[in-house]
Amino acid sequence: MNFDKEFDASGLNCPLPILKTKKALNDMTTGQVLKVIATDCGAVKDMQAFADQTGNTLLSNTEVGGKYVFFMQKK
Amino acid sequence: MATKKMAIIATKGTLDMAYPPFILASTAAALGYDVQIFFTFYGLQLLRKDLSNVMISPLANPAMPMPIPMPVMVQMLPGMESMATMMMKQKLKKHGVASLTELRDLCLEADVKFVACQMTVDLFEFDKSEFIKDVEYAGAAAFFGFAGETDICLFV
Repeated sequence: MNFDKEFDASGLNCPLPILKTKKALNDMTTGQVLKVIATDCGAVKDMQAFADQTGNTLLSNTEVGGKYVFFMQKK
Repeated sequence: MATKKMAIIATKGTLDMAYPPFILASTAAALGYDVQIFFTFYGLQLLRKDLSNVMISPLANPAMPMPIPMPVMVQMLPGMESMATMMMKQKLKKHGVASLTELRDLCLEADVKFVACQMTVDLFEFDKSEFIKDVEYAGAAAFFGFAGETDICLFV
């Protein structure tokens, strides 16, 4: 999947992956896609909850070799 | 849709109990909430510029997981509090949990408003110059001005 920005939240625990996702989205424009990599298994539910409550779209959510990869499209 | 609001009353100043207000406030702010934390009694310790003296004690804290069972008589010994605090900080770091200072900074960056209880500042004779500058000083009535219109209000 194409993306405009990427950050690696590996090793970070709750609530850092969400806070850093929010910060990364702040610098982006509507429609752009952010790729986030995380190792915190709690982030799976949290990223969806973040998307639901902020209106951003979680385009995909996959697990690759013990890491979670998210693609979030900015509202 | 109107902006959601959350108010938290932070009354504890130990390392373990310092986390919930800052975690919830920073997360709510990331979700778009307008957030205010009212610091009172021991919670005021969390406003100090230097948070390195925020500690945790195994004493009278039977739910705290310890590597080996520790009788209360041992927990009373000098240095046990520092040791428990050091171990807890190592654990937090190992698991990728942010430090208190980092979480507090993230709160401020996200415009979480910090309000200190003027009465308890006077009561404990705290020196405001030891607190971070991003603090307003007010009383209970001012808290209700915000809390009365919140969607979530928590006492920690």
